[in-house]
Amino acid sequence: MKANSKKQDASQMLDGNRAAALGAKLCRVQVVAAYPITPQTPVTEALSEIVERGELQAQYVTVESEHSAMAVCSSASLVGARTFTATSSHGLAYMHEMLHWVAGTRLPVVLACVNRAIGAPWNVLNDLQDSMSQRDTGWIQMYARNNQEILDQIIQAYRIAEKAYLPVMVCYDGYTLSHTDMPVDVPSQDAVDGFLPPYKAHTILDPTNPKNYNLVTLANPRLNAEGVLCHGYMEIRYLLQEALEKSKEAIASVGREFGDLFGRSYASLLWEDMMEGAEIAIVATGGLAMEAIVAAEMLRRDGIRAGVIGLRVFRPFPRADVLRALQGCRLAVVFDRSISYGNEGTACSETKAALYGTGTNMRVHGFIVGLGGRDVKARELAGAVKRTLSLTDRGALNSESPEWVCEI
Amino acid sequence: MGTRECGHICGESSPGIGEAGKTGEWRDSRPVIDEAKCTPVRRNKPACFLCWLYCPDAVVSKTVPVRIDMEYCKGCGICAEVCPVHAIAMVEEDNSRS
Amino acid sequence: MSADYFSDSRPYEVRWHGRGGQGAVTAARTLAQAAHLGGLGGATASPSFGAERRGAPVSASTRISPEPIMVVSQIESPDMVVVLDQTLLKDDEVIGGLGSGGWLVVNTARPPDRLGVIGDFSVATADATAICRELGVMVGGLIVVNTAMLGAVARVSELVALANIEEVIRRRFSNRSAELNLAAIEKTYRTTLIERRP
Ligand code: SF4
Ligand code: SF4
Repeated sequence: MKANSKKQDASQMLDGNRAAALGAKLCRVQVVAAYPITPQTPVTEALSEIVERGELQAQYVTVESEHSAMAVCSSASLVGARTFTATSSHGLAYMHEMLHWVAGTRLPVVLACVNRAIGAPWNVLNDLQDSMSQRDTGWIQMYARNNQEILDQIIQAYRIAEKAYLPVMVCYDGYTLSHTDMPVDVPSQDAVDGFLPPYKAHTILDPTNPKNYNLVTLANPRLNAEGVLCHGYMEIRYLLQEALEKSKEAIASVGREFGDLFGRSYASLLWEDMMEGAEIAIVATGGLAMEAIVAAEMLRRDGIRAGVIGLRVFRPFPRADVLRALQGCRLAVVFDRSISYGNEGTACSETKAALYGTGTNMRVHGFIVGLGGRDVKARELAGAVKRTLSLTDRGALNSESPEWVCEI
Repeated sequence: MGTRECGHICGESSPGIGEAGKTGEWRDSRPVIDEAKCTPVRRNKPACFLCWLYCPDAVVSKTVPVRIDMEYCKGCGICAEVCPVHAIAMVEEDNSRS
Repeated sequence: MSADYFSDSRPYEVRWHGRGGQGAVTAARTLAQAAHLGGLGGATASPSFGAERRGAPVSASTRISPEPIMVVSQIESPDMVVVLDQTLLKDDEVIGGLGSGGWLVVNTARPPDRLGVIGDFSVATADATAICRELGVMVGGLIVVNTAMLGAVARVSELVALANIEEVIRRRFSNRSAELNLAAIEKTYRTTLIERRP
């Protein structure tokens, strides 16, 4: 862009997709493999142009599908390259199998997921069903509320991924962030280089030191040729769970360090706004957690002590942090843009589960909102909270199943 | 002592003899080479070695004469199938033992 | 309940209406960029989401605030509506949510009092099409009024300085088309007709 060459403003107007591409560039990714899909397409376009112009020493591998994109990332990561991909919706669903493979092989691949509804019926607009449906694949999942957080979290994602040897998905709302310009402070290459050392693979596929990966692994441990007791399938999966649990520390410490260097702290796995002295917590994920702040301000003006908990990190789920944040609240209202069909909103079940066994009297009530791009306004969030509150006060709140905000 | 000691964090192993376990125990019939028919033996120089090439367990030697490592030969019979001069016969284990 | 909920600190909201290909989205982005350049802490610009086709009515939005903008939902009560193509005024949705104290800014040869739009908002009109035709602001043989209309916006709103809009244009375009666009912006700024309603 001409603007950049003239004046290297630290603060630039960027849409979410450009912020993601710029993040990957600043991380000096070495292999990019991606397949275009709405609304992620501009990420792939921007990165292919960056590589074409020689601004990034990387292999841009064009693939015929998202499944192959993740297969390329997997192989590239295994030979020691820092890899990046991006996708949305059906593309992520098509990657599903490879997401498991990459997590199981403990490869620090970073994926930008531009959240979009999933069919049927056909829809290109935003909700979180695509990434939430992948929560059990063993990937770390982080969600951005604005474009600054997209850029910042992609940079942190590589530090976390390469420390924990876990893949990281940085998720952000399609269109409302991906296609919306907003000011983004872009750190200098030197600063990012200082924060992010080159990638060191946990193991490298190398012809001079041949290894096998992911051979058929039996249920039980076995002695290998050297007589060493090696993991069975279950031990390897245990290690994946252990790594995710442990990664909470890495996520927080990397976030703190990022804050020290760049002035924007990510030391908590949650965003907490106005939670001081709050008796009502609004729980939300992604851009909705931002809109919810406006709703909480409205409620505060009406004398209702509301605050907002934004789930910045969804996997590993920050149970302890959620518990701590909810201390002193009597009601948590969870707004989900994804649902586990036949049960309830994704974040709602997680919030309820976090409270299990604490003997709390707190009520947790879930709403399903904003599916397939349905607009969600702050005043609607505030209204839903007020309704829930009055039902709670009358002892008439039924939170067995989620309440849908639609016109059925 | 658990499996952590192996130091791997994913399904990793190094190729080596016996990495897949003592596959010789799987065998219910064994390949027996009739050296009078085997091409490299007859010519007394390296030749043919199709059995070496096709053996899925890599237990056939590329030598004159050809040798099979019975500790790991799983008795699949592929060598017998591919031998162009029918020099290999699969013999039931019980018979050969008696 | 909507109006009382909004504090004075809510962002200034501009909704752009045009037809696919007229550059409503670019105009929305340029205005946000100019606000950002002017040091305002909050500026966002987005297209209307979904399929866009040449000729079909499209909209875009700009939000401007001294504080970072938290709102990601669509604009409901715009402070200003800019219409790049007066034929779009037939659709009532174009001025939807525009209330008293608001501005309707239209590209048309008519003066505000002959626009036939009823409402308690102020109206500004500019004949950007004629100005751009005369100056030759065209892309692929089509007159492009989106940048010119930024001049009319600057004229009625003090939020974004004309100089900042011009600087964004200078950065975006090559010398020759920057000059043409700047001339169009200035002429539109000067010739914008205004009718204030309380
Ligand atoms: S091919 Fe099968 S039978 Fe022949 S040597 Fe190899 S393992 Fe044994
Ligand atoms: S395939 Fe048959 S002839 Fe060839 S080396 Fe093996 S045993 Fe001998």
